[in-house]
Amino acid sequence: MTDTLDRPDVQTDLKIVGTRPVRPDGADKVTGRAVYGADFNLAGQLVGKVLRSPHAHARIRSIDARKARAVPGVKAVITGADLPDVATEFHEGGEAASNMRDMALNVMARDAVFYEGHAVAAVAATSAAAADAALELIQVDYELLNHVTEVEAAMSPDAPVLHAHLFTEGLEDVPSLPSNVARRHKIERGDLDAGFAQADVIAEGRYVTQAVHQGYIEPHACVASWGADGQCQVWCSSQGQFMVRTYTAKVLGLETSNIRVTPLEIGGGFGGKTVVYLEPLALALSRESGYPVKMVMTREEVFRATGPTSGSVMHVKMGAKADGTIVAADVELKFQAGAFPGSPVGAACMTTLSCYDIPNLRIIGWDVVTNTPKVAAYRAPGAPIAAFAVEQAVDDLARKLGMDPVDLRIKNGARDGVKAPYGPTFANIGYLDCLEAIKACPQYSAPLGPNQGRGVAAGFWFNVGGESTAAVHLNDDGTVVVTNGNPDIGGSRASMAMMAAEVLGVAVEHVRPVVADTASIGSSMLTGGSRTTFATGMAVIQATEKIVAELKRRAALIWDVPGEQVTWKDGAAHCADPAKEGAKPLTLKGLAGQSARTGGPISASVSLNAQGAGPGFGVHLCDIEIDPETGHATVLRYTVAQDVGRAIHPSYVEGQMQGGAAQGIGWALNEEYIFDRNGKMENPGFLDYRVPVASDLPMIDTIMIEVPNPRHPYGVKGVGEVPIVPPLAAVGNAVRDAIGVRILELPLSPPRIRATLDAKAAG
Amino acid sequence: MAHVVAPADAAAQFTGGVAEFDIAADTVRRLIAELDRRYPGFGPYLDRRMAVAIDGEIHQDAWTSPLKPDSEVFFIPKIGGG
Amino acid sequence: MSRQHISTVVNGDPVEFLADPGMTMLDALRDELGLTGTKEGCGSGDCGACSVIVDGRLVCSCLMLAAEADGKRVETIEGMAQGSRLHPLQQKFLEHAALQCGFCTPGLLVASKALLDANPDPTETEVRYWLAGNLCRCTGYDKIIKAVLDAAADMRQARV
Repeated sequence: MTDTLDRPDVQTDLKIVGTRPVRPDGADKVTGRAVYGADFNLAGQLVGKVLRSPHAHARIRSIDARKARAVPGVKAVITGADLPDVATEFHEGGEAASNMRDMALNVMARDAVFYEGHAVAAVAATSAAAADAALELIQVDYELLNHVTEVEAAMSPDAPVLHAHLFTEGLEDVPSLPSNVARRHKIERGDLDAGFAQADVIAEGRYVTQAVHQGYIEPHACVASWGADGQCQVWCSSQGQFMVRTYTAKVLGLETSNIRVTPLEIGGGFGGKTVVYLEPLALALSRESGYPVKMVMTREEVFRATGPTSGSVMHVKMGAKADGTIVAADVELKFQAGAFPGSPVGAACMTTLSCYDIPNLRIIGWDVVTNTPKVAAYRAPGAPIAAFAVEQAVDDLARKLGMDPVDLRIKNGARDGVKAPYGPTFANIGYLDCLEAIKACPQYSAPLGPNQGRGVAAGFWFNVGGESTAAVHLNDDGTVVVTNGNPDIGGSRASMAMMAAEVLGVAVEHVRPVVADTASIGSSMLTGGSRTTFATGMAVIQATEKIVAELKRRAALIWDVPGEQVTWKDGAAHCADPAKEGAKPLTLKGLAGQSARTGGPISASVSLNAQGAGPGFGVHLCDIEIDPETGHATVLRYTVAQDVGRAIHPSYVEGQMQGGAAQGIGWALNEEYIFDRNGKMENPGFLDYRVPVASDLPMIDTIMIEVPNPRHPYGVKGVGEVPIVPPLAAVGNAVRDAIGVRILELPLSPPRIRATLDAKAAG
Repeated sequence: MAHVVAPADAAAQFTGGVAEFDIAADTVRRLIAELDRRYPGFGPYLDRRMAVAIDGEIHQDAWTSPLKPDSEVFFIPKIGGG
Repeated sequence: MSRQHISTVVNGDPVEFLADPGMTMLDALRDELGLTGTKEGCGSGDCGACSVIVDGRLVCSCLMLAAEADGKRVETIEGMAQGSRLHPLQQKFLEHAALQCGFCTPGLLVASKALLDANPDPTETEVRYWLAGNLCRCTGYDKIIKAVLDAAADMRQARV
C-alpha cells in the first residue's frame, strides 16, 4: 500500500521531531477550560452514588431497597440483581485479556462481597443529599465470612477461600480442591543447581511490598445517558473510550454499537483507568430513571474500591563467580490479585531478570486472590515490584564481589543478541548505553557526606504496539486535522501533530490534533502500555503519507504532468517536469483551495495493528540522606538514564522519566495500603496515603539515549512505563548505602528506618 | 522449520510438558493451527492468551505475521501495560 | 434547611448565588457558578487541586463553606489570564511542559500566583515548600518548579 509513496529520509533529516513546541491543548489546560470527567454536565442529569460493602468478605443474604426508593427525589435504585449474569469470557477491550465475568462482579457484587468498598447497590436522585439519604436506607443483610488480606496467608491451606470455582492453573497436576491461588507462572532455563555450584558469592533475600495506588489526582467520573430508543451515550475520562464501550457493553449485556463513548480530558491514569467502575452503573441508573446520570467518585472511594497494584512477598537468590559473572538466579514472586484473579505477576516474571544475561534461572510467580480491591494495572505492571527484589540482590552481589554495581551490570547486561529470560533475542537496545551514561554523569562522582548513600538500579519494560486508527484531513485553508482515538494523558496530541507536520513539511501550528469519540474514528486500543506515540503515531504517519500521495496526484493533475514528475518537500508539491520549468510550487493551501475540481475533499485514514514495539531499558541513580533521629529519608539527587528510541517531543519524554521516577520514589519511601484486622483500609486519603510533594524531591536529571526502533518510521520506542521500574530499588540501594543495613520491606518510611537503626545499634 | 517455544506452564497444561516444537508454517495463524492439530485445545489458548515473539520482535494478535523458514518463535503471555 | 443568599466577587465580577449551609466553596464555584476550572481531587484539603485565592490568601476551596465567601473577593484560575493574554505563569508552564494530564495545573497556577504575589523572588526551596500543598502525580515537579522560577524572573524584569 505504501510502495508508491515517497519516503523521506526520516531517520536523519527530521525538522520538527525533536523540537519542543507548545502543546496544542495547552491553552485550555492552563486556563481551566479543558473539560475533565467531573466538569461535564447534561441538562436534567441526576446524581448517582454507590453503596459499598463495609466488610472485607461476606455473603449477601438480601438487599431491601424499598425505603430508599421512597425518598423524594430518588429516581432509580439498582443492585446486582438488576444486572445480567456475565459468563466467563476473556476479552481484550483493554490490553491484556480481562475476564468479563470478574469485571461485572467487580462493578457490582452479586452473591458476595470480596473487599471493603465493593459496590453492592447504586442510586440516582435529583440531588446529592437525596442520593445520600437513599444510600443510608438501603438495608443489606450480610453474613460475615473470614477474610484474608496478606498474600502468603491467602496461599495457606486453611485460608478462607474466596471463589469456590478457582483451581490453580499452570501446575503439572490440576488440584482437586479450590484455593486462592489462581495461577502459577514458571520460566526456566539451564540448570539451576549446576549454576549455583559455580557461584563464589550468593545473595539471598525475602522481600515484602505493600499494595500501592496509582494515585491519579482526578477521581473517576462519568455522565451516562440511556436514550429512549436504547441508544446510549457515555462521557467519561478514561484511558480508552473504546475500552469503556466494550467493557460497559459486556457488563450490561448490550450491543457495542448501541453505546457511543466520548472521551473527556483525563486527570491521570497510569493504568488505573484501563477498566470501568462507574460507567455501567451510571448507564443502568439512566435506563431505570429515564434521565442522564452523573457519577463522580470521592477520593475515599478511589482508594477503597479501585485497583491498587499488588502487594507481594518475593524470594530472590542469585549467584556470581568471583570475576563478576552472574551464573544463577532463582526468583519466586507471590502477588496479591485482590478480589479476582489477574495480578501482574506474569509480566513481573518476564521482566524481573531481563536486564541480565544469565544462563541458569528459574522464575516462579503466583497469582493469589485476597480480600482487597481487585488490582488494576499500574505503570509497567508488576515490573517495579520484582525489580525491587532483584536489583537489591544484584547490589548485594556487587558488595560481596567488591565490584562497582554499574560495572557488574555492564558485565552481565542485556545487549543485542542476548536472549531474554522469556525467550526472544534482544535487538536494537540501548541498555549498556544507559549504564555508561550513569557512570559518566555528574551525580555519579558527587561526594557523599555523613548519613548519605548512593544507589543504582536498572529496569526493563516491553512496551506494546496494538491496534490504532488515525484519520487526517485537509481544511480548505490548508491546515490539517489529525484525528485519533487515543486519550491524551501526557502530551500525545503534541506528538501526533508533530509527526504529521514532519511528514507534510509544514509548521506544527498548522496541524490540529483531535481525540474523537467511538462513533467518529475507527477503533483504537487504549492509551497505555507506552504504545501511543509508537502505534498511533505510526497510523498518523501512514495516514499523512497517504495525504501526501494524494496531494502529489492532485498537483500532477493541475500541472498536467506525469505523477513521477511531482515531488513533495517543505509543505508543497514541486514540479520536476522540464516542460513546466518555472511552475511555482503548490502549497497545501493552494491545493486545498482547488480540491473540489481536482477530485474532492482530501482525507485519508489508516487502521493498523502495530507490531515490533521496542522494549525499554532505564537506569536510575539515587542519592539519599537519612536523618538518624527521625529515620526520614531525603532524596538529594536523582538521575534517570533511559533508552527512548527517538524523542518526538523531548520535554514530554523527560516528563515521563521524571514522573515515573517520582512515583517510584513515593512507592519506595512512603506509600502503602494499611489494612486493619477487619480488612478495612485505614488510610484512604492523601493525608495518610503519602505521595511525594514538591518539597520531597530534588530536580530530576534526565539523560535520553536514542537507539532508534527500526520498526517505527521515526524510531520511536515507548517511554512512559520504564521509568517507574528502577526507582524502588535505586532508593533501597541508596538507603542500604547510607545506613549499612539493607531493609527488605517497603515502604522505607521513617518508622521502619528508625526501627532498623535501633536494631543495628542494639547489635 | 520454525523453532517454537511455549511457556512451561502452558506446556504443563496442554502438551504434557513438551515445550519446544519444530513446525513448518509461514504465518502465525498456520503455526497455531498446527499446534492445535497436535494438541487439541492448545490453539484457542495460544490465540487468546499469548503474544508471540518472532526472531526477537513481539507480535500480538497477529495471525498474518510472517515466519521465515528458520524463524525462532516464542509464545509469551500477552502483555498489558499501565 | 433554607439556602443562603451569597454576594461575592469572583475574578473581579460581582456574583450572587444561593448556598446550602453545608455547601463548600468548591461546589459553589463548580456547580452554582459553572466555573469548573477549579478541581476536586480529594475533598479533604490534602491535594490542592481546589486552590483559590480569597481576599489575597491562598485557600483550599473544599475546606471553605460557600457561605464564607459572602462579601469577599475570590480569584480562581479562570481569572488569571487577561482576556487571551496568558499570565506569565501560564505561559511558562506551557513553555516548560510543566503539565502532563493538566488536572493539578489550575491549582498549581493559583498557588504559584499567590506565592509570587507574596514573594517575587523565591528560591527553589521556597517554591517547593510553598507548593507542597499541591499534589502532582504526573510530572515529578521538576518542570513546574523551573516554570515558576522562570516566570518569577520574567515578572521581576517586567517591573523594572
